[in-house]
Amino acid sequence: MRVLVTGASGMLGRETARAFARRGDAVRVLQRRPSGLEGTEEVLGSITDPDAVRAAVAGVDTVVHLAAKVSITGPHAEFVAVNVDGTRTLLAQARAAGVRRFVMVSSPSVAHAGSALVGAGTTPADPGAAHGSYAVTKGQAELLALAADAPGFAVVAVRPHIVIGPGDTQLVQRIADRARAGRLPLLDAGTALIDTTYVDNAVDAMLAAADRADVAHGQAFVVTNGEPRTVAEVFARICAAAGVPAPTRRVPAAAAKVAGSVVERVWTWGRLPDEPPMTRFLAEQLSTAHWFDQRRTREVLRWAPRVPLDEGFRRLAGGFGR
Amino acid sequence: MTTTPSRRPARPASLPPRGLPGLDPAWSRLVPSPDADGRVRTWHVLDTAPDAGADGPGVRGTLLCVHGNPTWSYLWRDLVARGAAAGWRVVAVDQLEMGYSERTGVRRGLAHRVRDLGALVETLGLTGDVVAVGHDWGGVIATGWAAAEDAHARARAGAPAGRHRAVERPRRLAGLVVMNTAAAHPAEDPAPGPLRLATLPGVLPLVTSRTDAFLRTTLALTHPPLAADVRAAYRAPYRGAADRAGVEDFVADVPVGPAHASRPAIDEVAAGAERLGRSGLPALVLWGPRDPVFGEEYLRDWRRRLPGADVHRFEGAGHLLPEDADVAGAVLRWLDTRLGSPAAPPAEEEATAPEGSPHVPLWTRLDERADSAEEAVVEMGPDGVARRVPWSLLHRRTQEIAAGLLEFGVEPGQRVSLLVPPGADLTAAVYAVVRIGAVGVLADAGLGLRGLTRAVRGAGVDVVIGVSRALVGARVLGWPGRRVAAGPVADEVLRLTGTRVTLADLAALGARRLAEGVALPPAPEPSAEAVVLFTSGSTGPAKGVVYTHRQLSELAAAMGATIRIGPGQGLVSAFAPFALFGPALGATCVVPAMDVTRPATLTASALAAAVAASGSTSAFLSPAALVNVLATADALDDADRAALARVQVLLSAGAPVPDALLQRARTLMPLADPRSPYGATEVLPATDVSLDEVLAAGAGEGICVGRPVEGAVVAIAPLDADGHAGEQLVLDADVTGEVVVGASHVKDHYDQLWLTQADSVAVRAPAGAAPRRWHRTGDVGHLDAQGRVWIEGRLAHVVVTGTEVVTPVGVEQRAESVPGIARAALVGVGPRPARQLAVVAEASEPVARTSVADPELAEAVRTATGRDLVAVLLVPALPTDVRHNSKIDRVRVAAWAGRALAGERVPPLVPGRAGGRRR
Repeated sequence: MRVLVTGASGMLGRETARAFARRGDAVRVLQRRPSGLEGTEEVLGSITDPDAVRAAVAGVDTVVHLAAKVSITGPHAEFVAVNVDGTRTLLAQARAAGVRRFVMVSSPSVAHAGSALVGAGTTPADPGAAHGSYAVTKGQAELLALAADAPGFAVVAVRPHIVIGPGDTQLVQRIADRARAGRLPLLDAGTALIDTTYVDNAVDAMLAAADRADVAHGQAFVVTNGEPRTVAEVFARICAAAGVPAPTRRVPAAAAKVAGSVVERVWTWGRLPDEPPMTRFLAEQLSTAHWFDQRRTREVLRWAPRVPLDEGFRRLAGGFGR
Repeated sequence: MTTTPSRRPARPASLPPRGLPGLDPAWSRLVPSPDADGRVRTWHVLDTAPDAGADGPGVRGTLLCVHGNPTWSYLWRDLVARGAAAGWRVVAVDQLEMGYSERTGVRRGLAHRVRDLGALVETLGLTGDVVAVGHDWGGVIATGWAAAEDAHARARAGAPAGRHRAVERPRRLAGLVVMNTAAAHPAEDPAPGPLRLATLPGVLPLVTSRTDAFLRTTLALTHPPLAADVRAAYRAPYRGAADRAGVEDFVADVPVGPAHASRPAIDEVAAGAERLGRSGLPALVLWGPRDPVFGEEYLRDWRRRLPGADVHRFEGAGHLLPEDADVAGAVLRWLDTRLGSPAAPPAEEEATAPEGSPHVPLWTRLDERADSAEEAVVEMGPDGVARRVPWSLLHRRTQEIAAGLLEFGVEPGQRVSLLVPPGADLTAAVYAVVRIGAVGVLADAGLGLRGLTRAVRGAGVDVVIGVSRALVGARVLGWPGRRVAAGPVADEVLRLTGTRVTLADLAALGARRLAEGVALPPAPEPSAEAVVLFTSGSTGPAKGVVYTHRQLSELAAAMGATIRIGPGQGLVSAFAPFALFGPALGATCVVPAMDVTRPATLTASALAAAVAASGSTSAFLSPAALVNVLATADALDDADRAALARVQVLLSAGAPVPDALLQRARTLMPLADPRSPYGATEVLPATDVSLDEVLAAGAGEGICVGRPVEGAVVAIAPLDADGHAGEQLVLDADVTGEVVVGASHVKDHYDQLWLTQADSVAVRAPAGAAPRRWHRTGDVGHLDAQGRVWIEGRLAHVVVTGTEVVTPVGVEQRAESVPGIARAALVGVGPRPARQLAVVAEASEPVARTSVADPELAEAVRTATGRDLVAVLLVPALPTDVRHNSKIDRVRVAAWAGRALAGERVPPLVPGRAGGRRR
C-alpha cells in the first residue's frame, strides 16, 4: 500500500502514519509544519492549497484524511475553508490521481444534535442539526466524501470518539492544565456516560478501514474502546495520570450551557488567542451521554480494541513520566 | 316497550373514513336489519368473517362485541384484529344512533336496544359458539342479550330457566365477557357518580349533544392519555349535535329512581345475570378500578351475580379499559383456557393435587382446649406487664364473636378486613370470621396507607374490624364496608367514623345468643375461601392471595413443621400470620411490646421480657427487628441476658437475612441455631436453612436458602437468552431460572387477578415429579448438586445485555465485599443489544448526594465483581420496601440510573433522603 496521511502533526495522524510505516507500507504525510516523523516522505503544505494536494496524492493508492480545523471556536469561514473546501479539493485530486481507497476521518459529533446518545448506532451525518462550526463542517465534509464513493474509489468514514493518549494536546493536556489551575468543574455530578478511544485502538481502526475498504465503503463507523465511563471518572483518571488533583467543584450543566453560548460568541467576536474556558458545545459534550453500539464497526472492519481502557490510562501516565 | 317519537333528524348509516389508526377498512360493512319494532335499520358493524358461518372451517366461534356510551366499535379494534388472527369471527357493532350506524330519529331505551341486538344477531345468522363481550352500557345490553338467548334456548329445550346445570349449555351462547359496567342499578342510587350532574334537567343536552363535553370527558379518562389521532377517531362519528342525539339518549336512559322507564329492563338484566351465574356459563369480568363512573361496588355486584366468573382487576387502569390494558390479550387467553384452544387441550390451570392429609379445621386444637387454663396468648405491655389469655377464654371469645358476627348480618363468603395488631383480639376475631365461613382479609400496615387503601378497596370488603387508627383511615380514605371497632376507641372516633359496634359489643351480643341456645352453623366446606393475605407490595401493587380452609390447615401444618413448634410450646413473634397459626398448632403466641407495624422498634429488652414472661424458647423475628435487637443489646441486664440465653429456636424471615446478622444473633442466643426459612405470601414456607448449613455451603452465586420443607419440591424454569422463564420445569443442578415451588400448602389463587393467577401456575411439571400445586415465585435462582436452593434475585431484576443474562444478587454480594460499599444494586443501562452493567450503591461512609465513585473504588468493585461496570454511582440511600427496608426496588434504581448516566439532571433516588445526614 502506498499511503498518504493528511494532518500528521496531531497525535492520531502521527501515530497512524507511524503504524502504516511500521507494517511496511510506503507512507507520505501532508501538513503545514514539519512532522519530524522518520521513515515517511513529507509534503509540507495546506490542504487548502490545490498544488500541494496534487503533489501529495501523486502515486499513492490510499488516502487517510485527518487534516482539519479542530478548535472549539473561531470564525465559521475558517472551518469551511479547511474542513469542507479542503476535503473537496483532496477528494477531487485523489480521484484524478487514481487513488483507490479513501479513509475519511470524521467525528461522532457530526450526527449529534445535543440529545443523549445511549448505546447508539452510527447514524448519517446531519450538519443541519449538529452544534458548533467544527461538527457542522466535519458533517458536510463526511457527506461529500461518502457521496464520492464509487466503483474503484472506495470511501470509508471513520469516527473515533474522544481519542486519548500520550502527547494529546486536544483533550488530555487541556484537562490536565485546567485541573491544575483549578478551572475544571464537573457539570452536575459528572454522571453522563461517555465513550473514549485509546489512541492505539483508533490507529488500528484506521488501518482496518483502509484494509477493509472494499467491503466497508460508502459507510460510516463510530470507533470507541467500547468501555463507556462517566465524565467524572474519565476526568479523574486523566488527572490521576497527569498527577493533578481531580475536579470536585460542580456546576449545573444548564447554567454551563448558557454561559458557554455567551463565552463562545465573545471569543469568536473578539478573536481571542486561547481556547475559551467553556463553550455550549463543550458543555453539551461533557454533560450528555454519548456512547455507542460497537457491534457493526467490529464486524465490518474486523477490528477490536487491543488496549483496554485501564491499560490505556497506565500508558497515559507513562506519557506524563509517571 | 315502545319507541318515543321524536323530531330528531334521521341520517343513513355510513362507512367510517379511511385512515383511522388501528382500524382496517376491510372489516367495515353495513347491515340492514329489522330493529325491535320490525323496521329495517342499517347498522355499521366490524365483521372479520362475514362470509364464513361461525361453523365454517377454521372458525372457532363468534365474539359479539358491544360498545357503550359514548364510544363506538372502534373501542374493539385491537380485539377485532387479534381475535381474527386467533381464529375467531369478531363482530363489533355500532349500536343504532351511535358510531356510523343509522340515526333513525328514535329514542331507544335499554329493553329496545337489547331486542335490536337480538334481531341483528338473527340477521347475521350467527351460529356455533357466540361469546358476548360488552363495555360500559354495552355490557348491560350484551348481558341482556345473553340472558334472553339463554332463556330462549332453555325454552326450546323444554327446561325450566335458571336451574343449576339442569340442561346442557345452549349451543349458541358460549360465554360472557363484561368490563366496567353494571349488572344492576340500585333504585335508590340516582346515577353513577359524575353522571348525576349530567342528568339534571337542562344540563343533559348541553353536555351530551349540544356540546361534546361528555365525549371529551370520557375520552380523557385513560391512563396514559390517548394519542391525538386515536382521540380524533373516537370523536369522528360524533362531530355534530345531531350525531350525538344517541349519546344524550343513552345518558337519559340511566334508570334514575324506581319510576324510570328503563327500571323494569335493568331489573330484568340483573335477574338475567344471576340466572346466567347459576347456569355455569363461562364468564369473565375485566375491571379498571380507576373508574369514576362504575366504582368497585359495581364489580362486587357482578361477583355476587356471577360467582363462578373469572375476574381480573387491572390495577391502575380506568374506565376505557381496552385503551388502558391489554383486554384483547386477556380475552383471548381466557377463551383458550375456558372454551378450549384448538391447538392444545384445555389448560390444567387448577392442578388437582392429591391433598396431603385429611382436612383438620383450623380451630380444632382451639376447640380441644376449650376448658384449658393454660396460656393461649401472652401480650406484653410497654410497661413489661403481661396480659395472659387462657385457651378457655380465647375459645369462648371466639365463639361469642362468631355468633355476634352472624347476628350482625355477616354471611358466609362475605369479606371481613381485620386491621388489628397481633394479639388476643386479632386471634379471636380471625378464628370467629373463618369459623362462620366469612373470609378474613389480612393486609399488613407495612403496605403503607396507599397500599392498604388499594388492598381493602380492591378486596371488596364488606366489614372492617379495626383499631382506632384503622377506623379513622377507613373513614378518611373511603374504605368500603360496615365498621366494627376493636380495642380501646374513643366515643369521638366512633361517632366520626360512623362506627356503631365494637368487638366487645359483638361478643356480648353473641354471648346472649349462645346462652339462648343458638348454635354456630356447620363448619364451612374445606374448599371454601378462608382468608385473603396480601403480598408485601415490594414488587408492584400488593396482591391478594386466597387460601381455602383446606390449604390454610395444610399451611398451618407446614409452618409448625418448619418452625418446629407444637402443642404446649410458646413462640415470641410479632409476625401477624402467627395470630392465625399459633392456635391451630396448639402453641402459645407471645407478642412482644413494640409497634408491630414497624419491626425495627423491637428492642432487645422487650424481646427478653417476652421470653422471660412466657417461658418460650422460640422466637420469630423479621430481619429488621433482629437488627434493632442487636443494636439495643447494650441495654440488657443480667436477667435479660439469661432469658435470651434460653432461646433454642430463632427464626428470621420475610426478606434475605445476611449471615453476619444471624452470627451476631448467636452471641445473644448461644443455644439457638438460627434458621431462615424462605417463602412468600403465596407459599409460606418453601425452604428452610440453618446458619450452620449456610456457613457449610460457603460462597456461591446468590443466597443459599436451604432445602425444600417437608412435602415441598423446588423446581427451576430455566431462563432463555432474553431472560424469560419458560413453562417447562427442571430439577437439574446449576441451571439458573425462575424458582417454582410445588406443595400442597401453596395458595389457592390470587384474588380477582385471573391473568396473574394463570401466569403463576403456567408450568409443565419436571419429568418424574408427582402432580402437585405449583407456584412461580418470581425469584430467580438455581439448585445445587446437594439439592439446596440459591436465590439470585427477582426475575424482573435480571439484566440482559447483548451477550448474557446476569442475575443481580451474586454480583451485588461481591460488590458489597469491597470495603467502602455498604449495599449495592446491579442495573442495566442502555438499549438491549448494547446494554451495559452499572452498580448503584450506598457507601459505608454515607454520601450526602449522588456521586461517582472515585477511580480506585470503581476499579475495586469491577475487580471484585469481575464485570466491566460502566459506572459505580454512590447515592445517599437506595429505595427499599416499607415492610423490611431490605428489598431494593431495582426497577426504580435502573430507571433512575438510566437517566443519570444519560446526563440528565435527576432528582435524588430516594426523595427526602438526599442532601442531608438523615439515615
